[in-house]
Amino acid sequence: MEYKTPLVKIKNLCKSYRRGSQIIPVLENITFDIEDGEFLALMGPSGSGKSTLLNLIAGIDTFDSGIINVGGVDIATLSETELAQWRSTNVGFIFQFYNLIPVLTAFGNVELPLLLTRLSRKERREHVETALRIVNLSDRMNHYPGQLSGGQQQRVAIARAVVTDPTIIVADEPTGDLDRISAKEVLELMDRLNVEFGKTIIMVTHDPHAAEKARTIKHLEKGILNAHNQSRL
Amino acid sequence: MHIINLVFKNTFRHKLRTSLTILGIVIVILAFGLLRTVVSAWYAGVESSSASRLVTRNSISLVFPLPLSYREKIRQIHGVKLVSYGNWFGGNYIDEKNFFANFAVEPASYLELYPEYILPSNQRAAFLRDRKAAIAGQKLAIKYGWRIGDTITLKGTIFPGNWEFVLRGIYRGKDKSTDETQFFFHWNYLNESLKKTMSLRADQPGFYLVGVSNPNLAEEVAVALDKTFKNSLAETLTETEKAFQLSFVSMSEAIVVAIQLVSFVVIVIIMAVLANTMAMTARERIGEYAVLKTLGFGGWHIAALIFGESLFISMIGCTFGIAFTFPIAKVFGDTMGTYFPVFNVATKTIYLDAAVSLFVGAVAAVIPTWRAIKIRIADGLRRIG
Ligand SMILES: Nc1ncnc2c1ncn2[C@@H]1O[C@H](COP(=O)(O)OP(=O)(O)OP(=O)(O)O)[C@@H](O)[C@H]1O
Ligand SMILES: [Mg+2]
Repeated sequence: MEYKTPLVKIKNLCKSYRRGSQIIPVLENITFDIEDGEFLALMGPSGSGKSTLLNLIAGIDTFDSGIINVGGVDIATLSETELAQWRSTNVGFIFQFYNLIPVLTAFGNVELPLLLTRLSRKERREHVETALRIVNLSDRMNHYPGQLSGGQQQRVAIARAVVTDPTIIVADEPTGDLDRISAKEVLELMDRLNVEFGKTIIMVTHDPHAAEKARTIKHLEKGILNAHNQSRL
Repeated sequence: MHIINLVFKNTFRHKLRTSLTILGIVIVILAFGLLRTVVSAWYAGVESSSASRLVTRNSISLVFPLPLSYREKIRQIHGVKLVSYGNWFGGNYIDEKNFFANFAVEPASYLELYPEYILPSNQRAAFLRDRKAAIAGQKLAIKYGWRIGDTITLKGTIFPGNWEFVLRGIYRGKDKSTDETQFFFHWNYLNESLKKTMSLRADQPGFYLVGVSNPNLAEEVAVALDKTFKNSLAETLTETEKAFQLSFVSMSEAIVVAIQLVSFVVIVIIMAVLANTMAMTARERIGEYAVLKTLGFGGWHIAALIFGESLFISMIGCTFGIAFTFPIAKVFGDTMGTYFPVFNVATKTIYLDAAVSLFVGAVAAVIPTWRAIKIRIADGLRRIG
């Protein structure tokens, strides 16, 4: 077995929400590593803090204490602007409800993250076409989200997530809104991204079938990471 | 694609809502432009008045006349270059609905005092030659289809009877602010008739018009003039033409203020309407803004999207509003022609239209933008689904 360095290091992570004067602890003292090239499924009951944890790793929310280090960067030290910049180059996002911009075509949606780069128009076009080819939607380039099925929309979202060639892909219940066949396609695609393109994937899911695709499964229970993690390897 | 493309696409997502908002802005820009034009039309006489002309009238009231003998005395006052005189005739053409200003004036001196009324030299000569001659402004002649040589009958109100004139000239204004809706005829024609029928009212001009050799002397001349007739049977009140005109229109200052207030209020209203549209729009798109932020777009991008859309809507409205202002002002000016002899949309009004629209567009975007930027990404994403 080859030795892999951890890409994500999480140490004593605590996060609570404030509702009025009430403080609701969500994550308590979470510590774990995610290796480079990992495909991790995060499972657990509703309200256990899976989305919260995913958002923290992806740098779209702030936490109370602890450390999150991604690829050598302590993300708590980044300013909001630096964090935005960091996200745009390092993290690809896949959401449960695809979250495509309805007035943009599949092409426009996938091109969106590239508008923040210095790429020329031609280079952007090449990148977008490549990404859409990977998700097998080259022929739907000029379709608007409303003209695509849920599974196709999610594949466009995947293309958008990979077009910047990020190191990590985070997915919050990517198959939660899909039928079985579409879900299977999406999962196979994610598997390919992991195996073929070496992307580190962190996926929150309720679906045991989905979790099976992952190499590692971690369970969150009331904000505490369960000890008996199962692993496929 | 550019992020600005998103602004265009976003603008027409809710076609009905956007169209109605734009329609509102068009109407407000129209109302604003027309109201401003009405106000400036109201003051047109003041604006176009000359600083080197004085108006002398009876100090008791404008309805009391002055003796004709004052003419020579006024001429002798230091600084006076020219003296003309006349009466407000107040005649109706065919019936009372056809209102326009008509005056009996001493023609030669009057035309010399008012070089802004441009009359071809042959028409001028014809006008001066014929005792029953009259001249009319171009707008007036067009309105009633008068041609040179036509006989025009006015029904006297102050001076009873039917009065016949022969149109000998049609004058043009030197510039847009010159009143082209007036009618002038020989004072002698009026006076000679009065001598026969109402001799008591003869030889009594309603006002004198005094041209001074130097505008700086106007004040001095006015004082000297009034002093000359102090303690006489008919004391005078002399003002600059501007002050004289102003004393007419300022009677309705309250109305002018009301109009200005209304034009201000409509702007505040449309600002609220557009702000509401933008607030609804931004609230619906909170999730999308969160997605954009997730992808790495910053507050400036979100601000550009919301401000861009708001300004885009307001400027579309502004453009159509301005485009419609001209034809509508023309129709309005034509129908109200003789009440507002000078009804032109000023260039300044167009600049103000644009400034107001920019201001409204920007203000309407402030709060929605602030909200969209302030909301935490995780909370914004939670709004989806
Ligand atoms: N903005 C917030 N304000 C207050 N409480 C919040 C907020 N966001 C999440 N929570 C609470 O934090 C807890 C964890 O939420 P989270 O969304 O991470 O759960 P989850 O494991 O993803 O659940 P699900 O499987 O239903 O998506 C929940 O109890 C939720 O109510
Ligand atoms: Mg969740």
